[in-house]
Amino acid sequence: MNANQNKSLINYCLRLGDSSLVLGQRLGEWCGHGPILEEDIALTNISLDLIGQARAFYTYAGELENKGKTEDDYAFFRDEREYYNLLICEQPNGDFGQTMVRQFLYSAFCYYFYSALKKSSDARLAALADKSLKEVTYHLRHSSEWLIRLGDGTAESHRRVADGVADLWCFTGDMFVMDDVDSALIKDGIAVDLNALKMPWENKVKEVFQLAKLSLPENVFMIQGSRDGKHTEHLGHLLTEMQALPRAFPGAQW
Amino acid sequence: MSNTQWPLWEVFTQKKSGVPFEHAGSIHAPDKELALQNARDVYSRRNEATCIWVVPSEFIVSSTPEDMGSFFEPSNDKIYRHPNFYKTPGASFE
Repeated sequence: MNANQNKSLINYCLRLGDSSLVLGQRLGEWCGHGPILEEDIALTNISLDLIGQARAFYTYAGELENKGKTEDDYAFFRDEREYYNLLICEQPNGDFGQTMVRQFLYSAFCYYFYSALKKSSDARLAALADKSLKEVTYHLRHSSEWLIRLGDGTAESHRRVADGVADLWCFTGDMFVMDDVDSALIKDGIAVDLNALKMPWENKVKEVFQLAKLSLPENVFMIQGSRDGKHTEHLGHLLTEMQALPRAFPGAQW
Repeated sequence: MSNTQWPLWEVFTQKKSGVPFEHAGSIHAPDKELALQNARDVYSRRNEATCIWVVPSEFIVSSTPEDMGSFFEPSNDKIYRHPNFYKTPGASFE
């Protein structure tokens, strides 16, 4: 692997780790606030799955970078512009309906993404994808079932998930953006060609939306920027809270 | 105040294939699929299960404390009913 590819692969790992970590942090905000006890546990289970994924990707990034960086260095000592998480992951929880819409749109993407990354020529990425796929398969099932029940539920529950779709759809284009990092890695079979995921993702969304009596938004302007570390106003606040303790007390231990 | 809780379900988990299901506890859920998911999230987070059963609690029929004498005491003095002298499949579950 040449230097450029190594740099690209580090960035690729950070993207994956950042999306997992940021959404994991968001879901963690539900802890103690879930609509029912069982769902409170479910949301934090998903959160912990995602944080586990982030740790694995950061550890790999640290090995590739070879400067002695730990997973904590990546999580707690990078600023907003150095974060490459997908924009959808940083969006606020809103109500439970909105959280489920976000989870469904992202988990459906992850499902096809990790299914493809499992075949990566990079053995480490392939192994991480294999493990993550099992987790996101459940996240997708969980969020799909909720979306169907809420969308095809009462007028109130339908309105809430429909509002969620209206708020979040503009961030779905960001999931499929590719740049030089992708092209540097795709040619050796390391990275996933995101264009190939669009159709299956859209079909899955259509299938669940139909059961949920939700309509697919059309002609929505897509907000992008995660590949360049450009974020919505929400990420800064999330990082401020998440990073406060390690930044105030570097090296603090439980 | 009216009861707005979802129906109660009993959860049974199986540690590994072939061994009996054990009662793990109960959960609330509006339907079968979510009962299964809630059971999974609450009772198999720490690698406790390879299979889960959920049963609406209303379908569990239980004996009552008053049944104790007539149901269980007659077997106390019938040692010959215990298969003590050969191995049973159940013994390996302990």
